[in-house]
Amino acid sequence: MSLNLEEIGRIAKLARLELSAAEAETTLNQLNGIFGFIEQLQAVNTDGIEPMAHAVDVVQRLRPDTVTETDRREAFQAVAPETEAGLYLVPRVVE
Amino acid sequence: MKMINASLKDLSAALAAKQVSAVELSGLFLDRIEKFNPAYNAFVTVDRAKTLAQAAEMDARRAAGETGPLLGIPLAHKDIFCTEGWLTTCGSKMLNNFVSPYDATVVTKLKQAGMVTLGKVNMDEFAMGSSNETSHYGSVKNPWDVNRVPGGSSGGSAASIAARLAPAVTGTDTGGSIRQPASLCGLTGLKPTYGVVSRYGMIAFASSLDQAGPMAKSAEDCALLLNAMAGFDERDSTSLQRDTEDYGRDLVKPLAGLRIGLPKEFFGPGMDDDVRAAVEAALDQYRKLGATTVEVSLPNSGLSVPAYYVIAPAEASSNLSRFDGVRYGHRAAEYSDLGDMYAKSRAQGFGAEVKRRILIGAYVLSHGYYDAYYLKAQKIRRLIANDFSEAFKVCDVIAGPASPSVAFKFGEKSADPVQMYLSDIYTISTNLAGLPGMSLPCGFGKDNMPVGLQLIGPWFGEAKMLGAAHQYQLATDWHTRAPEGLL
Repeated sequence: MSLNLEEIGRIAKLARLELSAAEAETTLNQLNGIFGFIEQLQAVNTDGIEPMAHAVDVVQRLRPDTVTETDRREAFQAVAPETEAGLYLVPRVVE
Repeated sequence: MKMINASLKDLSAALAAKQVSAVELSGLFLDRIEKFNPAYNAFVTVDRAKTLAQAAEMDARRAAGETGPLLGIPLAHKDIFCTEGWLTTCGSKMLNNFVSPYDATVVTKLKQAGMVTLGKVNMDEFAMGSSNETSHYGSVKNPWDVNRVPGGSSGGSAASIAARLAPAVTGTDTGGSIRQPASLCGLTGLKPTYGVVSRYGMIAFASSLDQAGPMAKSAEDCALLLNAMAGFDERDSTSLQRDTEDYGRDLVKPLAGLRIGLPKEFFGPGMDDDVRAAVEAALDQYRKLGATTVEVSLPNSGLSVPAYYVIAPAEASSNLSRFDGVRYGHRAAEYSDLGDMYAKSRAQGFGAEVKRRILIGAYVLSHGYYDAYYLKAQKIRRLIANDFSEAFKVCDVIAGPASPSVAFKFGEKSADPVQMYLSDIYTISTNLAGLPGMSLPCGFGKDNMPVGLQLIGPWFGEAKMLGAAHQYQLATDWHTRAPEGLL
């Protein structure tokens, strides 16, 4: 299989990444090289094999629904690009 | 005693005997960092005052009666570990202003053990790379030859040990990022079984593969460090609840009777002759020490690199979606709306390799391709893990090369991502299976560059593996070697 520029644009949009035309071109070539390499997986017979999502077989632990963390909002918001009155500021999304 | 080349055990003894204080010891390494780091670019953040204050605290703890094998010993953290009050960049422009408001569990545990933070060390951006060339803060130089890469992604960690800028460092390994740089820089590094060390506060790359581990001069040092790093953490949903163990318990165990499996796929034509010669010599040494070798097969291991480059980017694309310019990290200066702010902040904050992997991940997870790529790769992951289960029926540990070549030169592989990806051909299968693995120095190849022997243990076989490594290090001195002019 081979990707085209339109598909690169589509996945860049999905990934919320702005790509310049030149970057898209380079990316296309590199991704085609990588997917050409990955293609060998298709030749392997995996009928009846259970997908392995994780390195170890564990079930999700449950914990009591109680407060365990202290309020550290100020410390966490100190590293934010823009905050006001304890809120994270983003460009207007609702008119 | 030469402090900069001393084992952690000897440093500990010197501290206990008051031959040196924690402040003096940290000062010694800080001086070396100041002198040598400009040549290697291993450290990205150093804060002398903060380090010395922490060292003074450890001296006070000792004065108050506390003892411990790591109390007062300095170490550096890979810049992927959130370290409270320290800049934590993950090698990225995205986090060039991120002063962490909290400590990773690994950082907390090592502090509790009495270790002093020497600084933060350089790495490939978001741990994506095998040469340290993807760091936003410039590549790390290999102390054995500054024209060569130190390996990656824990390249700053490896170079710090090789140049004796730190007696111990932390690293992380998603596809070989501890073992390959350890091999290329001539030191000992261990990636534990998945789930043994907490991932809390360790900036995520591929969550089902990421695992932190120690890097130091010797297996004995690594055992001490792992004892302090390992343990259940309720803040990591994949942390394993197991009894505490002493990872150094097999260090004194003789090798007689140890069965070493040699996967025939690891000894094929992909390995350079100089690496092969050093690895074969190490195996001869093991046989001399009483171990036996047996050929095993990992028939699907050749698929590990392509499977990894589906699974790891898929997980990365999901993990790195958190970098959106809202709560932390880089935000573009100009944008038209929220969507544009995300797209521009991410485009400006991430480097080329990170973008590439995010795009691969977004593609393999997208509608219509999920089954063909992601699910397929996960099935192959199972086959790779099954191969190891079979192999461990006839051997105690597996041995082979850690890297197919000695350290390569800058630029040699950076133009072709697939060539770069193949430098982890011997390490990736271990991550996919969740097994522990390590690299230890076993000689020198062409141009006097270090070669690493990889050992792979069965699940939770860290102690066994460390024992096998230590016995080899008792009989050889490769692990004590340092680049000329640095001792």
